[in-house]
Amino acid sequence: MSESVERYEADKTEWDRIAETREFKDLMATKRMFIIPAFVFFLGYYFLLPILVGYAPRFMETRVIGVVNLAYLFALSQFFMAWTVAWLYVRAANNFDKLAEDIIKQAEKRSPNQPEVR
Amino acid sequence: MSTPLVMFLIFIAITVGITYWASKRSAGSSAYFAASRRVTGWQNGIAVAGDYMSAASFLGIAGIIAFQGYDGFMFSVGWLVAYLTVLLVVAEPLRNAGRYTMADVLAYRLNPRPVRAMASISTLTVSTFYMIAQMVGAGALVALLLKDSGISYHTAVIGVGILMIGYVVFGGMLATTWVQIIKAILLMGGTILLSILVLAHFHFSLSDFFNAIGHVTYHEKGQEVVKDFLQPGLRYRPPYGALELISLGLALIFGTAGLPHILVRFYTVPDARTARQSVVWAMVLIGSFYIMTTFLGFGAATIVGRDFISTHGGTNMSAPLLAQALAGNIFFAFISAIAFATILAVVAGLTISASTSFAHDFWTNVIHRGVERKPGEEVLVARISAFVVGAVAIAIAIVLGPSANVAFLVALAFAVAASANLPVIVLSIFWRRFNTTGAVAGLAVGLLASIGLILVGPSLMAVDPPTVTGTARHLIQAKAWFPLENPGILSIPLGFLGALLGTLLSHEPGSEHKFNELLVRSNTGLGAERAGSQ
Repeated sequence: MSESVERYEADKTEWDRIAETREFKDLMATKRMFIIPAFVFFLGYYFLLPILVGYAPRFMETRVIGVVNLAYLFALSQFFMAWTVAWLYVRAANNFDKLAEDIIKQAEKRSPNQPEVR
Repeated sequence: MSTPLVMFLIFIAITVGITYWASKRSAGSSAYFAASRRVTGWQNGIAVAGDYMSAASFLGIAGIIAFQGYDGFMFSVGWLVAYLTVLLVVAEPLRNAGRYTMADVLAYRLNPRPVRAMASISTLTVSTFYMIAQMVGAGALVALLLKDSGISYHTAVIGVGILMIGYVVFGGMLATTWVQIIKAILLMGGTILLSILVLAHFHFSLSDFFNAIGHVTYHEKGQEVVKDFLQPGLRYRPPYGALELISLGLALIFGTAGLPHILVRFYTVPDARTARQSVVWAMVLIGSFYIMTTFLGFGAATIVGRDFISTHGGTNMSAPLLAQALAGNIFFAFISAIAFATILAVVAGLTISASTSFAHDFWTNVIHRGVERKPGEEVLVARISAFVVGAVAIAIAIVLGPSANVAFLVALAFAVAASANLPVIVLSIFWRRFNTTGAVAGLAVGLLASIGLILVGPSLMAVDPPTVTGTARHLIQAKAWFPLENPGILSIPLGFLGALLGTLLSHEPGSEHKFNELLVRSNTGLGAERAGSQ
């Protein structure tokens, strides 16, 4: 049963040590470099929609193709924006996984109680 | 027996079979609460979609677009984009550092008892309010769809309630997961079919379809009007329309990542990487579905028309009536059965998240200080609380009755999730200085601000004409003090402010003690809960 599977445990000094390693700091920096800009970008792109629709409805009613207007096209573009950001994140996250794997391996090697008894 | 009833019964038979199968695989906390963490990425992705897309999305959105055009489509956009917050900020840290509930992560480095108690109250509030909204909707809908079979509102509410309790009590998370997967597949299938039929109606010409949307004809106060349904402004008008749209957007974008029934789904997969894949799967499904609400909603507006829908059951019947207009009674029955499956899958998800939080957070960790006194106790308590939560929801739904004004309960659930849950989740993972007082204050302020602002907002405060009676009347017969239906624009900053001030005004040396541990665990997955062997 899962409850009996041993889980990596360590005391405070070990967690503090890992948090200070160059590998962990690299991981955090790499994550931040993607996640913060991506988050700010999608928030900006998304909230532009209610702001424009709410405060500039006449502008958003501008017809582009036939009766299809800017408001509908911009709303539709949000779906593709979300999918694109998600796809870029998954690509970037493969790299996070590699960095994290190294940290886990090193930590488990140092661990006296060897939790790898699956 | 009517065709819709037969299709309902087929769905019930399949899900009861699944529950029986799952019941033999649900012994032990990890199996019962988290399906042994052996759900695969795509399975969990489909289940997240099934957990998330409620009757409000399927029937509600189709109806809002059919009646108010473009403004309804704005909901569709927010409901997908919100998953970027889930993907970028919460899913992976949660899976890495927690076990069964949202509070696991909050309590990790803070004083667990006050934090868990408060988080459990917030979880139960969100889940029960959301559940009551679904139950009232379900009762009204099932009674309407099955009116030829003589099923009343009360029978429908009790039936939905018993099924939902049954899935959760006997089948736990595993049964809930598969009910959600089947529902999501049915919902996608039905929506694709309906979209193709709408396009076929316009001879597969997108330009014919959009031209029809540009000239929708209906009657308003006895006058014939022709409107361009692609134009904004049919629902959100000055003076508060713009703020309402922004506030709604905030509640969706920050609330989805704080909905307990969505968050617990990420504990059912083996690791954070799979949790991430499952969010992407969910986004593909949810996005495709909401793009297709273009065909469902505008199709109903152009092919069926507002006038006909108003006299045949109202906005929520837009999608089933569209199915009937395009392909007759069998298809109407099929779409109705999908709506039924949709409601059941969502209320089952809500029931399990509420009962898990009560059993794991409140019973085991607050009352018994983290010690399960005998094996299986936590699961037993969860089963009992699932029964109680379900029974309470049935009772309230029956007291309120089918015409009760409950749409605000969904807005309330999102507002609480965005204003109370999300700020403390984010701050506990990312802010070293954050402490117990901050977490409790953030949760309390976010919860009270959301409830308070909805209480004095236009959903509950308005002056009704004397023709409106009973529970359909607004609770407080006076002009609303707060002008917006969605309080997010004010309640989310208040939630953050509560967390911030609570932290800065108190001194708690121990709170930073385990921050590095949580930081390393949540970012690397070192020592994360593993999948069970079965």
